[in-house]
Amino acid sequence: MPNSDAHIVRSYSDELQNISALVAKMGGLAETILTDAMTALVKRDADLSNQAIQADKRVDGLDAEIEHQVVRMLALRQPMAVDLRSIISALKIAQSLERIADHAKNGAKRALVINQSPPMDATRGIVRLSDIAREMLRSVLDAYVNSDAEGAVKVRDRDEDLDVLYDGYFRECLTYMMEDSRNITAATHLLFIAKNIERIGDHCTNIAENVYYMQTGERLNTARPKGEDAMGLKAE
Amino acid sequence: MLDSETNSATIADPKVICRDVSVSYSCKQALFDIDLDIGSHQVTSLIGPSGCGKSTFLRCMNRMNDVIDGCVVTGSISVDGVEILDDEIDAVQLRRRVGMVFQKPNPFPKSIYDNIAYGPRIHGLVSGKDELDEVVQTSLERAGLWEEVKDRLLQPGTGLSGGQQQRLCIARAIAVRPDVILMDEPCSALDPIATARVEELIDELKRSYSIVIVTHSMQQAARVSQRTAFFHLGIVVEVGETEQIFTNPRDERTQGYITGRYG
Repeated sequence: MPNSDAHIVRSYSDELQNISALVAKMGGLAETILTDAMTALVKRDADLSNQAIQADKRVDGLDAEIEHQVVRMLALRQPMAVDLRSIISALKIAQSLERIADHAKNGAKRALVINQSPPMDATRGIVRLSDIAREMLRSVLDAYVNSDAEGAVKVRDRDEDLDVLYDGYFRECLTYMMEDSRNITAATHLLFIAKNIERIGDHCTNIAENVYYMQTGERLNTARPKGEDAMGLKAE
Repeated sequence: MLDSETNSATIADPKVICRDVSVSYSCKQALFDIDLDIGSHQVTSLIGPSGCGKSTFLRCMNRMNDVIDGCVVTGSISVDGVEILDDEIDAVQLRRRVGMVFQKPNPFPKSIYDNIAYGPRIHGLVSGKDELDEVVQTSLERAGLWEEVKDRLLQPGTGLSGGQQQRLCIARAIAVRPDVILMDEPCSALDPIATARVEELIDELKRSYSIVIVTHSMQQAARVSQRTAFFHLGIVVEVGETEQIFTNPRDERTQGYITGRYG
């Protein structure tokens, strides 16, 4: 937990730990939704898709609860220093997790549609993408729970791998569409899923930056290396 | 002594420069080799647990410790380049230039008018009734009290509310045109509205004066000051921009104190 040594006022420490626990719980739930959505896609399992879609509502509920707790603590405790940083970070991390769960849920919805069409080879390619995103999410949550700034930096550095893989997958999907126009509907949905996973990587990066700030009080500002993107545009 | 990597005891435009300041009361040393600059036209807050030496340090800057038996102050404190710990320095003259506002409002048992007029009169700063009237009015205006008291200037200052009395004391302090104003927990006896008025006044006054405030309220230090020094066991543990101290303190002890973990 971000704050191991206790406050003189014990309920203050309890509240801080409660917020951290809510964030960790939310992160675990987002991870499960992502895993379930991808399994539902690969195994063509509609029940699992629906389960993932339902679980997103719990993530939204946790997000609202964290926001409520943060506002309450800012008003009642007037936190300072590391407490202030961890409370603000919890709010921002919760927002990122809410987005991650939303992107994952969107994948589960699209899986329901894709699974109306015959199976496609392109489905497998997406697993490589989601494996990296899930690993980033798990690592960044570990970094949060263990207050590990260095671990957070490593997560951020992985985002480039995901971007490269996404760009490759983009071209792969185009190839399937050109091969057979009947693939277009499913391949387009897969492309959206891939884009969502790529966005999940970006949110993990944001979380990593928040963990680093929470822990050190400094902003990670060194620019990450960026290659050419799928649209053939050079990143700024 | 301060660790130069984590502290900025010295600043570009200092009004008061304190070096190696140590204070002992008969048998006990209260301050150890304090180095600290007080900036011009800004508010410096001194925070720390009770008995850490922050009030003792504040009182060094206008030699209020002189009146305490057995108190020995060593080191160097210069205000605008003039060494004030020098025996040659007239403490009364010094206290005109370095004014003080105390924890409990302490108006003289005189009229509101005379509370303000007393300083300028004894220091010979005015040369006639009209000029004195003007100083009284300006000082009360600057302290944000004029509108509330202009119709009862001859009534006793002690008849005002606590918050008004404290602003009267601030008006009294600025009537002698000081360079530095020292405030020792000026709001601890005031309600939140009166506190807000005094804080607004401090904000306004920093344009003309250098202000040093001792406060037990971390939120107040954060609200009113630009620089903050954390005192502990007679040393300055950390000093820096107020924002840095309250969002990202470098020293564990500072962090422990301001977050309420200090054992």
